[in-house]
Formats: sequence, structure tokens, C-alpha cells
Amino acid sequence: MYQFNWRPVFDNFDLLLKGLALGLGIALLALAIGSGIGLLAAFCRVSGMRSLKFVAAAYVEGVRNIPLLLIIYFVYFGLPLLGLSLFDNVWSFILALAVYAGAYLTEVFRAGIEGVPKGQVEAARAIGLTRLQVVRHVTLPLMFRIALPSLGNTFISLFKDTSVASAIAVPELTYGAIRINVNTWRVIEVYLVVGAMYLAACYAIAGSLRVAERRFSLGQRWN
Amino acid sequence: MELILASLPLIGRGLLVTLGISVAVLVAGTLLGAGLGLCLLYGTRPARLAARIYVDTLRGIPQLVLIFAIFYAFPLLGMRLSPIVAGIVALSLFCAAHVAEVLRGAVSSIPRGQSDAAQGIGLTFRQRLRFVILPQALAPFLPAWTNTAVEIVKSSSLVSLVSVVDLTMATQQIVGRTREALLFYAVAAVLYFIINFLLSLAGQRLEKRFNHA
Repeated sequence: MYQFNWRPVFDNFDLLLKGLALGLGIALLALAIGSGIGLLAAFCRVSGMRSLKFVAAAYVEGVRNIPLLLIIYFVYFGLPLLGLSLFDNVWSFILALAVYAGAYLTEVFRAGIEGVPKGQVEAARAIGLTRLQVVRHVTLPLMFRIALPSLGNTFISLFKDTSVASAIAVPELTYGAIRINVNTWRVIEVYLVVGAMYLAACYAIAGSLRVAERRFSLGQRWN
Repeated sequence: MELILASLPLIGRGLLVTLGISVAVLVAGTLLGAGLGLCLLYGTRPARLAARIYVDTLRGIPQLVLIFAIFYAFPLLGMRLSPIVAGIVALSLFCAAHVAEVLRGAVSSIPRGQSDAAQGIGLTFRQRLRFVILPQALAPFLPAWTNTAVEIVKSSSLVSLVSVVDLTMATQQIVGRTREALLFYAVAAVLYFIINFLLSLAGQRLEKRFNHA
């Protein structure tokens, strides 16, 4: 019978907590940068210009069909070989995750933009708003509300994906687990705790998102 | 050119490993997931609850953590798993959770009247499932399943972190040796892209074929 010994895990619990915080921070930053990329690409995809559409579609389809790990390796190991040593491991990972997230967010925002009722845009144009004003005051706010649930799911996925950062020794939660294991070899205890921490974090995020969705929900006002 | 030719065997072997793992995971994960999905839909209360807990737990833990946990923890319980088997087991468990949810969603999207009507003409539960529900669920099931399959092919790259020489690890080794980063990362990316593209294409074809609506 296996003898459980939780001591090593809780003696090093700060390592795990710090890892969790770093993972959440990285996911949030990647979400922010990725949202920038995604918004740009989404407007490219719904624009009338063929070349823009094609570039955005190629980006989305390309990135979504390639493993995140390969993108991380390319940024962290590949770019320096090409003479671009700009990033340490943490920033390499954030960059890779942001590019990866951007592809998914493009689709999220595109669905959001396409979900904005045509009448809203036409009405805004009719009262004399310029195209830019329409985007800023009508399309974007409505798009954001439509996209919020998917945005939340993407954030949860990104947070889970931060575990892959352990491959390049970013000290997030999974790397914390590896380090405790190397020193103490309490593998089962460590992964039970770490698994529970990921799970708890995912549910906490999902719960707070549900609150946010209710707060920003559209109701039936504009149908 | 010479570089590519010299690395071809390693890339080829890595590609085969990636494909083998993906196929094994998808077969095992889909079978297990179908069972779980039926549990979620038609199980008794405790079975439903157990399946729900399984699905929600597995979906909330990163694949990499599952792989590490199974690879490092099983030997302590007296079962030695090779890295590749540990990877396949971990990803199959993960895949099953997703497939179960996909199946549940697909079946729930079928109007209740179908099942009621089938019951009305006297079909047994099994017959209803086999001749009425599942054939119609296939069309909504396939696109979501294809997405899961693409995720699995991508996740299979994570087994390289427990030292399996799959396409990602092979690429990493070649880049380390030749220092030709752009070329070989691009080759690997294109290969992954082709696998997933073909997968999506097949999914779309099948979806059209089974769309009875």
C-alpha cells in the first residue's frame, strides 16, 4: 500500500501558489495581447478586401492547426538561432501564447461582429455617425457582449495551456510540481494537489465569468 | 537540401509516432467517451453523477499535468508504463471527457419528439437509440468531434516532454543538431497542418454524408 506523505507538498506550497499566480498573470497578458491581434484580424476577416481576408484566414487556420509547443519552441529556440535574441523564457512564452490565442480570438470576435444586428449599424449610420464612430460606439460594445462567454472560455483554455510553459522552465504551477518532485519524489501527492489547484482556478474563473456575463448581459432590449 | 534528406528518416519516424499516438488516443478516447456520454444522458443517478464528475474534472486539468501524473505516478503504484503508453493513456482519458460532452450535446440537440414518437411506435430503448437517436446525432456530433480530434493531434506533441520522440521531439533534435531553425520548424508545422487539415476535411465530408435533416 502506498504511504501518503503530504508534508513535502505543503512545505513547498509557496512554490505552487506563486506558480499559480504566474500562470494566471501570463494567461491574462496573453489574452490581452491576443485580443489586440484577434480584433485586428477579425476586422480583416469581415472587411471587403480579399487580400486582408486571406491573410487573416491563413493566420487563423495556420496557427489553430499547429501545436502550441511547436510555436513555443520556435519563439524560444528558433528566433535566437535566426539572430533575434530579444526574449527570456517568460516573455517568449507570453509571445507564443498570445500569437496562439490571437487565432482563436479572431474567430471569437468575428462571430461577435457578425452577431451585431445589421439594423443597429444602419440606424447608427442613419443618425449621422461616421464609420469609425459606428465601430466605436455600436459595433465594438455589442460585439464585446456577444463575445464575452467565448472570451471567458478562451481564457480558461489559455490558463490551462500555461502548463506547457514548464517545457522552457517558466516557473508556473506545473514547473513547481516538477521541482518539488525532483527534490522529494512525492509524485502522487504533488499531482493531486496541483490538479486540484488547476481545477479550482478554472472553476473560480468560470464562476466569476458567469457573474460578469450577467452584469453585461444584453437582455432583450435591442432585438 | 542535403540537410533535409539526412533528417528525413528521423522526421518520418517522428511523424509515424505522432500519427500512431493520435490514432490510438482517438480510438480509445472515442470509445470510452461514447460510453461516458451515454452514461451522462441515460445513466442512473449515481452513474450520471460519476460521469459528470469525471468529465468536469478531466476538462479542468491541463493535458500536460495528466501526462506527467500518469507517467511519474504509476511506477510508484507498482506499474511501469513506457512514456508512449503513459501519454496515450493520459490523452485518451482527456479525449474521453471531451467526446462524452460532445455526444451529450449532439444527442440533446435532437428534438424530444423524435424519441417520443419512436417510443410511441413501440421501439425499445436500444432500438430507439440505434435507429432513431444516434443516426440523427451523427451530423451535429461530427464537427465537434473533429475539433476534438484536431486538439488531440496537437496535444500529442506534449508526449515529447516525457521523452517520446514524436514529430515535435524529432524536430527539436534536428534543429539542435543542424541549427536550421526556420526550415525544420516550418517542416514540422506544415506536417501538423496537413494532418489536421485532412482530418477537418474528412470530418466535413462525413458530416455532409450523414446530414439527414
